Amino acid sequence: MDAKLTIPVKEEDIRKLKLGDIVYLTGVAYTARDEAHMKMLEEGCPVDLDGGVIFHCGPIMKKIDDKWEVVAAGPTTSSRMNTLQPKVIEKFKVRGIIGKGGMDRDTLESMKEHGCAYFAITGGAAVLAAEGIERVDGVYWLDLGMPEALWACRLKNFGPLVVAMDTNGNSIYADVDKKVQEKLPIIEKELGLIE
Amino acid sequence: MGFDEAIKNMTKVLLKEALCTKLPEDVESALKKALEKEESEVAKSQLEAILKNIKLARETEKPMCQDTGIHIFFVRIGSEMKIDLGTIEGAIKKGVTEATAEIPLRPNAVHPLTRKNPGTNIGENMPYIYYEVLPEKDYVEITVFPKGAGSENMTTFQMLVPAQGKKGIKKFIIEWIAEKAKNACPPGVVGIGIGGTSDVAMKIAKEALLRPIGSRNSDLEISALEDEMLKAINSLGVGPMGLGGKTTMLDMHIEYAYTHTACLPVAINLQCWAGRQATGRIYQDGKVEFIRR
Repeated sequence: MDAKLTIPVKEEDIRKLKLGDIVYLTGVAYTARDEAHMKMLEEGCPVDLDGGVIFHCGPIMKKIDDKWEVVAAGPTTSSRMNTLQPKVIEKFKVRGIIGKGGMDRDTLESMKEHGCAYFAITGGAAVLAAEGIERVDGVYWLDLGMPEALWACRLKNFGPLVVAMDTNGNSIYADVDKKVQEKLPIIEKELGLIE
Repeated sequence: MGFDEAIKNMTKVLLKEALCTKLPEDVESALKKALEKEESEVAKSQLEAILKNIKLARETEKPMCQDTGIHIFFVRIGSEMKIDLGTIEGAIKKGVTEATAEIPLRPNAVHPLTRKNPGTNIGENMPYIYYEVLPEKDYVEITVFPKGAGSENMTTFQMLVPAQGKKGIKKFIIEWIAEKAKNACPPGVVGIGIGGTSDVAMKIAKEALLRPIGSRNSDLEISALEDEMLKAINSLGVGPMGLGGKTTMLDMHIEYAYTHTACLPVAINLQCWAGRQATGRIYQDGKVEFIRR
């Protein structure tokens, strides 16, 4: 299924999404990495994330005549935020996470409980991703440095994003991992590592 | 133009080419071949996005990935060059600073403990420069190798014992890739360093990543291991971006060094799909050329 969603996203719309669905997002999403996740749990968040979407991304931004413009903005490795994400989802009622590489079981559980989905975007495809960002609405916590700051990015039909973890406790990454783990002993046998 | 000015300019051109406009042809063509092999729609969509992005970056001259890396340089100095070698480091740092502001690059270099970001990609021991001497050559060769964190974070090292031998090496590699490849923006390259001491193994693992896709180690024992492990890795099914598929890695390169009779060091360094690197030479007479290392 292809879905066009507008931020803030309603819980019922997120809960309709199934693994493998393709989603395009419109509205303001916020970039947040390790430092911003830690800071929002310690100090609270300077923006309203209720129904919001967090983009695991440390973009390259350029200031032109006092206005920030996006240069490149692909996803960063989501698993670095594994220990922080469930608390952020619960505390701020986040409905969507955009990232790469997927997240752990605890995050998947939190997504199921609180109604949040994980959207995979191709890692490294940063010029392509930037094309889906209409403009930069603002920046918070720039003292954390450009990559770690909280950037307000106005998305326009941002995608295609793959629903890689849904609200039913399903995860493409967990499915692939399971297959890889089943395959591993067969490969190890072929490599002469086990009898 | 002084030699230091030439080095600075070369540094800027190499960063622009590596990060924006000139992904090595062997990498792009390997990605295209990988796309032809994939059957699942999700896997295909990832490779299509990567290829489209490479084209867009080339046309717009923007960094193909927002993670423009931490900057590692390999400088090879011809023994016939009559120049003030003391100027090289300063000139490279100037080039990195200017490229960071002008291209622009993401300021990635931070203090490891305070995490303070000076915004220039310059700091203690960074950019890091490896020097080497080339006998009988009359040029200085500079390779820039910007390394993104997605793949660099999936690095590992083990001091195996000699009794573990080749089997131990294979087990270490296949189990590491099975677990970690999905976070390294696959399909990329696996760089392996076997032998030497811990530091040597790590360094040659990184240098293995500089080799063109499809190249093989000249030692037949080693090249057979490269072929065997590449096939095994791609049977895992991790696939592009870890979303499942036939191509987990485009290639597997192993470098080796003689080691202590009681040691078996093995280093694994991964490269994401964006195998960004660029190499140029400045000759004694001022001539400049660009090559695929």
